[in-house]
Amino acid sequence: MQNTKSLLSYRKRSTAIAATVFLIPVFFFILVFILYPIFNSFWLSLHDWNGISSNKAFSGLDNWKTLVTDVVFYKSFLNNILIVILSIAIQLPIAMALAFLLDSGGKKLNFLKMVYFLPMLMSSVAVGFLFKYTYDPQFGLISAVSTMLGGEGMVDLLGNPKIAIYAVIMVICWQFIPFYMVYFLAALSSLPVEIYEASVIDGATHGQYFWRVALPCMKGSIKSAAVLSLVGSLKYFDLIYVMTQGGPNGATELMATYMYKNAFQTMKMGYGSTVASGMFIVITLISLLTLRALNGKEEA
Amino acid sequence: MTRKKISIGKTFVAILALAWLVIAGAPFYFMVASAFKEQFEILTTGVFALPKGIYFDNFAGVIKSQFYKYLMNSTFVVAVSLVLILVTALCAAYPFSRFRFKFNKPLFGLVVAAMAVPIHVTLIPVFQLTQKIHLYDTIFALIGPYTAFNLPISVFILTSFMAEIPKELEESAEIDGCGKYRTFFHIIAPLSKPGLATLAIYNAVNMWNEFSFALVLTQSAKSRTLPLSIWEFQGQYNSNIPMIMAVLTLCALPMIVAFAIGQDKLIKGMMAGAVKG
Repeated sequence: MQNTKSLLSYRKRSTAIAATVFLIPVFFFILVFILYPIFNSFWLSLHDWNGISSNKAFSGLDNWKTLVTDVVFYKSFLNNILIVILSIAIQLPIAMALAFLLDSGGKKLNFLKMVYFLPMLMSSVAVGFLFKYTYDPQFGLISAVSTMLGGEGMVDLLGNPKIAIYAVIMVICWQFIPFYMVYFLAALSSLPVEIYEASVIDGATHGQYFWRVALPCMKGSIKSAAVLSLVGSLKYFDLIYVMTQGGPNGATELMATYMYKNAFQTMKMGYGSTVASGMFIVITLISLLTLRALNGKEEA
Repeated sequence: MTRKKISIGKTFVAILALAWLVIAGAPFYFMVASAFKEQFEILTTGVFALPKGIYFDNFAGVIKSQFYKYLMNSTFVVAVSLVLILVTALCAAYPFSRFRFKFNKPLFGLVVAAMAVPIHVTLIPVFQLTQKIHLYDTIFALIGPYTAFNLPISVFILTSFMAEIPKELEESAEIDGCGKYRTFFHIIAPLSKPGLATLAIYNAVNMWNEFSFALVLTQSAKSRTLPLSIWEFQGQYNSNIPMIMAVLTLCALPMIVAFAIGQDKLIKGMMAGAVKG
């Protein structure tokens, strides 16, 4: 009795030791580069600091008071939300249609699949630059198309504050539709063949199979894709920074670009940290609410 | 009635398929075709025209400049970080998927939560940390953040991969007197190879394209990576579009080559991150 007990506790202890040894590296990285920076960000948000001088002036909640009334921050938040909504509304249906096409076309359409996937082979920065020139009023593709169609050319999509954000969102869609297309394609092809065969035997056409059988079966994947798109859109940065830097006149400002500008361009590290922390709170809240809403529905 | 409806649907899908072929292909064509043109050729012949001849001077010009340095920097950072990520994730996934200990669930929860942290929240503190340890504006500055931010999802993926490895293998090893560490090195690690391969592709692509940390943590041309090189070249060849398109083409080249060699593997790897929900 005594012996088995001590053997048990010995095994427990050796397991604990082994677990610690194996887990030390991963938590070293997470602590140093993820957890500590989050807390440090909140701490810095309580200071007035230019990032260079050694004395940070403690300013209490001043920065937070500024943030709550900061029109630019609200504007950037709304731009983020606009990206979320349009991304989901445009990307997912198109991606789904393309995926269904590729799925029903099989191997014959491999060439299409290859071309469709091309945008994903470029980094966001490269995509940003490519479209900056595609949109260029003088040399760009869009202007060329406009001239071809009999217009005057010189279409300046990025320079127009009313249109710029939509022009950028189109690029975001261009970049990410292939991703969701492949995602849905995998989901479609993992549906059991029996389901398809059964619906064909019952006399369903291709369209009916898609709307009444495949689509309902893919609810889960569609939800996950929406969540992925949501989270991604809220932290968007690279592409906007390359294409417009938040301009013209703040028309395409996002939370992340606004944070970057404050911290690294005007060197207001304190306020930059406040924007970063605010962004963290907003993103965490929205993600949690969305996950809860989706999971809650599933149970009901 | 129904028949008509379907043909409308089919027509719609066919139109979409063609439209998307043009939309996805045209900018790409614009990039590659322009890269082979002379500076003013775009103005004279229009953007859609094929290049007059195969004109390699743009590429030669880009390669002759700092491009090689950027390429080396990118390769170095990605290689070192990748090894760190794979080894660390392999170590972490083993206890998470196999051991029963008190803090397994909460610690794993912490890793999952770390997946959702937006990198921009950590940018300022990491920037300062980098300055404090005197790594600012060196290529080494990027290794820590790159490793840390790709780890949570890697651990998550690898843990679910390892959970699929049959328990019997381990149990028989244990009966034969094989300890936890030997089991790890001789049984679990070799069997995890397919999972590691997918992760390697996923992480390599991500880091190869990473922009934000590279922008903030490096400053001079000698320590910058490929995504930022585009930035530098743009300043240099401001209105020479063919030149910039040559840079973009060269930057996308490794991915295009990888795509040509192993299309399915690359796609599978790139999609590995879509695990949430």
